[in-house]
Amino acid sequence: MSLSDVFSTARAESRAALIGYLPAGYPTVDGSKDHLRSMIESGCDLVEVGLPFSDPVMDGPTIQAAAEQALSAGFRVRDLFDVVSAVSDAGGRAVVMTYWNPVLRYGVDAFARDLAAAGGLGIITPDLVPDEADDWMAASEAHGLDRIFLVAPSSTEERVAMTARASSGFLYATAVMGVTGARDVVSSAAPELVGRVREHTSLPVGVGLGVRSGAQAAEIAGFADGVIVGSAFVSAVAEGETAVRALAADLAKGVRSAAATV
Amino acid sequence: MGQFKPTPHDPDARGHFGPWGGRFVPEALIAAVDELAAEYDKARLDPEFVGEFQRLLKDFAGRPSLLTEAPKFAERAGTRVFLKREDLNHTGSHKINNVLGQALLTKRMGKKRVIAETGAGQHGVATATACALLGLDCVVYMGELDTERQALNVARMRLLGAEVIPVKSGSRTLKDAINEALRDWVTNVDETHYLLGTAAGPHPFPLLVRDFHRVIGIEAREQILEKAGRLPDAVVACVGGGSNAIGIFHGFIDDADVRLVGVEPGGSGLDSGSHGATLTAGTPGSLHGAMSYVMQDEDGQITEAHSISAGLDYPGVGPEHSHLKDIGRAEYFPVTDAEAMEAFALLSRTEGIIPAIESSHALAGALKLGPSLGPDGLLVVNLSGRGDKDMDTAVKYFGLADGGQA
Ligand SMILES: Cc1ncc(COP(=O)(O)O)c(C=O)c1O
Repeated sequence: MSLSDVFSTARAESRAALIGYLPAGYPTVDGSKDHLRSMIESGCDLVEVGLPFSDPVMDGPTIQAAAEQALSAGFRVRDLFDVVSAVSDAGGRAVVMTYWNPVLRYGVDAFARDLAAAGGLGIITPDLVPDEADDWMAASEAHGLDRIFLVAPSSTEERVAMTARASSGFLYATAVMGVTGARDVVSSAAPELVGRVREHTSLPVGVGLGVRSGAQAAEIAGFADGVIVGSAFVSAVAEGETAVRALAADLAKGVRSAAATV
Repeated sequence: MGQFKPTPHDPDARGHFGPWGGRFVPEALIAAVDELAAEYDKARLDPEFVGEFQRLLKDFAGRPSLLTEAPKFAERAGTRVFLKREDLNHTGSHKINNVLGQALLTKRMGKKRVIAETGAGQHGVATATACALLGLDCVVYMGELDTERQALNVARMRLLGAEVIPVKSGSRTLKDAINEALRDWVTNVDETHYLLGTAAGPHPFPLLVRDFHRVIGIEAREQILEKAGRLPDAVVACVGGGSNAIGIFHGFIDDADVRLVGVEPGGSGLDSGSHGATLTAGTPGSLHGAMSYVMQDEDGQITEAHSISAGLDYPGVGPEHSHLKDIGRAEYFPVTDAEAMEAFALLSRTEGIIPAIESSHALAGALKLGPSLGPDGLLVVNLSGRGDKDMDTAVKYFGLADGGQA
């Protein structure tokens, strides 16, 4: 199973893929495994397993607090691979979302090797742009991992094109200028950005930052190939498994209801 | 215009000094750092910009700053010592040089809002000052712990019209203030300039912050030649993020016989683990947008720095220093809190100059270097700031309120 299968399956069903994020080690290492499995069972086509980092500059308060909790409970990088294995052993599909410094410290090639061995499919790199990614290009090729770079509303045409060329699996379009955190309305910048991306690539485009409801997911599913939900899952975990399952189910319905309107 | 002349020591077009530097930032910020780099490339060659910057340095900041011989302090150092008096600049430290430059760039880019981080509060005060002068809105992020340690500077910033936001996340010090400033910037980048206070961060910050501070070294070189008739054996500066050090180093970087010496905050001692000696004890990593030495654990989590000096309490360092260390052009070593406080008291008593605790690290470094140079040796120490802001710390450290004597 590769990332392109995830998106082609969704496309065959005339819907967008649902991608749910949770930091590994939140609320505990075992707890994160359980919640990620619930997310998959309740409708996530793909999960993003976050690597808690001490200095998460792209994250708002919700994910910051979750990462801090995981780290102060003793989370280690090796636990990440354990969590990814648990997802793939359960038949789920996972990519990792991580700031770059822990990967540098672990060794880019070693990290790629161990992630691939755990069944992970790729890495989303919020603070690594292709300009600085030579080592990661080589390691991802060597270990068969996908490279999910980000594009933003502020990205120029040249950078969208360059980033698309460097990416594989899918492209991550940040819907707003800002950090992670649930928002009430879908930004008008998102459809425009996705439109610009499509002029440069046939790769699937996932849209994230701020999505928290089925209605928002439906709206995004109208123009994107994947709907990415993070902070809302982190908040749901604090409420318990029922809330996690309910959120995933609501979002899964959302990504399917855009199809009805087209 | 010498200050802005491209040098053989400039980074490549993407900001790399050897393997260091570059841009490890979210894609959303790339347009802003590109815009800044393009604007700086034009500004550094524009006589009008350079002229306006120099006019502000002279008529507002009070440059050139003096070079003062410190003969009684020198008796203890065992060698001749001159002090580059950045403490005499308006707002009390070297920080104003960079701030005036970036504030002028902000206006050139047509932006109206400035955000900044601050540790000791000196950069925050300088930024609030420049924003008041040039009519810009100003928001300063400051770790909650530092707002307590440097309460007087918080009051100064507020008086100058800046909004000070205490940062409650992480270690509640400088690194967390930078994180929060970056989050603000990525959210409000259209109308906002992030006025970074040290020679770190993504390209072009290490380059332009260094260039705005090159005036320190250019002046110091002329002054020491005039006063001592020769170049010094070494130039000594404290290193937090590295801006005052890189500014004075560059005046002497092509003088191969002049040693460039950076003094790091050794806190309670390197063995204690409680310090901020990034270049001495750190390992390569990316923090706040650039590859450089960083203090981190084996998982790549950034560790907290500790120093009695809020302005040096930072687990990262500017990338050009990592490069200068690697190629052997500059050398770096730590001094402890206790050594810095002793130098702080010594300069106050012997020369009638109360230095910033940051700068006291450079003075303590000079006391260590001096004996090996002997009476014929010659040191220039960058006195990066004055100690008024540190009185609370000094009162506690020396028990001055209970009739104690430093
Ligand atoms: C007086 C003084 N010196 C030095 C520093 C350290 O900064 P840098 O290493 O960038 O010069 C500070 C920072 O706040 C400062 O206030």
